[in-house]
Amino acid sequence: MKSLEDLKKMREAALKKVEMREGGKDYRVVVGMATCGIAAGARPVLNKLVEETAEKDYNCVVTQTGCIGMCVYEPIVEVYGKDGSHTTYVHVDADKATKILEEHIGKGHIVEEYTVDAVKALEG
Amino acid sequence: MIRTNVLCCAGTGCTSSRSGEIFDNFNKYLKEYGLDEEVRVIKTGCFGLCQRGPIVAIYPDKVFYNYVKPEDVEHIVAEHLLKGRVVTELELSEEDMKTGEKILDIDKIKFYEKQERIALRNCGKINPEDISEYIAMDGYAALGKVLTSMEPQEVIDVVKASGLRGRGGAGFPTGVKWQFEKDQPGNEKYVICNADEGDPGAFMDRSILEGDPHAIVEGMAIMAYAVGAHQGYIYCRAEYPIAVHRLNIAINQAKELGLIGKNIFDSGFDFDLEVRLGAGAFVCGEETALIASIEGKRGMPTPKPPFPAVSGVWGKPTSINNVETLANVAQIIMKGADWYSAIGTEKSKGTKVFALGGKIKNTGLVEIPMGTTLREIIYEIGGGCPNNKAFKAVQTGGPSGGCLTERELDTPIDYDNLVAAGSMMGSGGMIVLDEDNCMVDVARFYMEFITDESCGKCSPCRIGTKRLLEMLTKITKGEGTLEMLDEMEELCNEIKDTALCGLGQTAPNPVLSTLSHFRDEYVAHIVDKKCPAGVCKDLLTYSIDPDLCKKCSMCSRACPVGAITGVPGKEPYVIDTEKCIKCGSCMAACRFGAVVRK
Repeated sequence: MKSLEDLKKMREAALKKVEMREGGKDYRVVVGMATCGIAAGARPVLNKLVEETAEKDYNCVVTQTGCIGMCVYEPIVEVYGKDGSHTTYVHVDADKATKILEEHIGKGHIVEEYTVDAVKALEG
Repeated sequence: MIRTNVLCCAGTGCTSSRSGEIFDNFNKYLKEYGLDEEVRVIKTGCFGLCQRGPIVAIYPDKVFYNYVKPEDVEHIVAEHLLKGRVVTELELSEEDMKTGEKILDIDKIKFYEKQERIALRNCGKINPEDISEYIAMDGYAALGKVLTSMEPQEVIDVVKASGLRGRGGAGFPTGVKWQFEKDQPGNEKYVICNADEGDPGAFMDRSILEGDPHAIVEGMAIMAYAVGAHQGYIYCRAEYPIAVHRLNIAINQAKELGLIGKNIFDSGFDFDLEVRLGAGAFVCGEETALIASIEGKRGMPTPKPPFPAVSGVWGKPTSINNVETLANVAQIIMKGADWYSAIGTEKSKGTKVFALGGKIKNTGLVEIPMGTTLREIIYEIGGGCPNNKAFKAVQTGGPSGGCLTERELDTPIDYDNLVAAGSMMGSGGMIVLDEDNCMVDVARFYMEFITDESCGKCSPCRIGTKRLLEMLTKITKGEGTLEMLDEMEELCNEIKDTALCGLGQTAPNPVLSTLSHFRDEYVAHIVDKKCPAGVCKDLLTYSIDPDLCKKCSMCSRACPVGAITGVPGKEPYVIDTEKCIKCGSCMAACRFGAVVRK
């Protein structure tokens, strides 16, 4: 290491290792990972979310939670905003997860068609 | 891809309660549950709340588990890490005093709420054995800034303006110390980090070295640049194996990256650093004795002047700074002198780390802004004395300090206030004493420590402290006289005036301060032949109240010397005071409170 530039590069590369301990992200993306969630395919969803977030540097942390109580709608992904907003996405798969990150976290647009209200309305 | 970090405390306290096994178990069960690709387990430094260790923190969930046992790990993996359900029974929490609500947010818990972590900022946050994590926390940026854009004098000016004072105890202004050395002629100069933490009950420096060793490496490199030194020594006691191990890792990693060595940051500045081990002699915390020990000589002090800044290690100009002082340096460079001097009191800037111990609920490590009161530390952060016992005194400054009582609890803590109150800041040990502690016994304990640790070079310390110990021992045995109190006071003052080094000059402080605050306890030992706190064995007698005795025989079965006789169910039990060794086993065994200690 010979310059401040080198140090800065190393710091940026290392930040990934520690940033999840710092907090301060705009969104918290929570995946239901109880038995019902796992059985319905929550694990690939979680993996996709973690991978994409790391790769594209989305402004969120991805974590998991237990059974939300709507097992029939699993896999469920909830998005909590810093402003107190709360959106529940249901029947999520890896592709839908990618889109939620792109639209909701990336641009701030809720993906209405995947939300619990929209799915419930569709199913009548 | 890593989605979760599990941070296991690997400080000395938690390690001794098996946090190493916890770390291994996490790795084992994560593998078993197929999560080892997603969850990373990291050993980190002290979280501070040692009382509740071992502590495990899980991020990004920001969940803290306390009192974790190796057996709990599988449950945490299966529940929290696999299914996302927090294991509430292990969660670190606190009951709100007013509403009775359970507080889980770590930042809102009283123990942490009043703290401001500067020297401890990375402890419990990063892996101390991984330089890249330190760099991620803006590590070595201060060194880079200093070497590429500041003159040595500018560095010293910033440190002077920050108001930083030596955290080893005496509180000498750090910038002024550096200036002395810089102004010395010659090219061969040295810097030393004093990591010979020896006060009984003090573990601040150890925790910093274990939790954030790179902060010390960086601080030393900055100091070396400022004063014009090219070689540094960290003098650490061999009794701190984890700290020594991590320091060596840190130095090697810094060397590999070229952050230590030749031509650092292409600035032409060379700096080399090594750890020198001490054998744990208390006197080697005294700077001239420390220098002698580094040079391979017997650790004995020499008269000052010449001060180390003029003639230190190998007879060359040397600056010696304490661990905690150095841990502040990089932060001051990055955030500026104004930021630092805005924290604290008029004459004592910044924060101070204390090791809370003794009769206190939350034993551990705390960092508070100067000017916080003792009451806030002991009651709000520390949680007060356990078992509803009454607070008696707090001992600060170790064997060189003194006791402060209820009356001084609202004194804002800074160097000058503590000296005015008859104690001293010291390196930061804070031992809380309650009604069950005998102050004469406390004074005797410290004097015994001093007589063990006195190097023997000068007679006031070698002989004087021995005479003090003899008198104190007599008093605890009920053989003292009232004249002894005056003799002790006179002797204390003579030792203070004539001893060669700081160890001897401050050694009488525990005696003087207990004499002035607790003279009545000394008098009770001498005149009434009683120890009011019930500690001094020679002044105690155990007996059994025949009216309360239920003749159950528990006491006689507990007695290790067969001093208690009676007939079960028929005759009350009696203690033979000739045979009794005053161990207290009968008192602990009796369920009816029939054993009386007077």
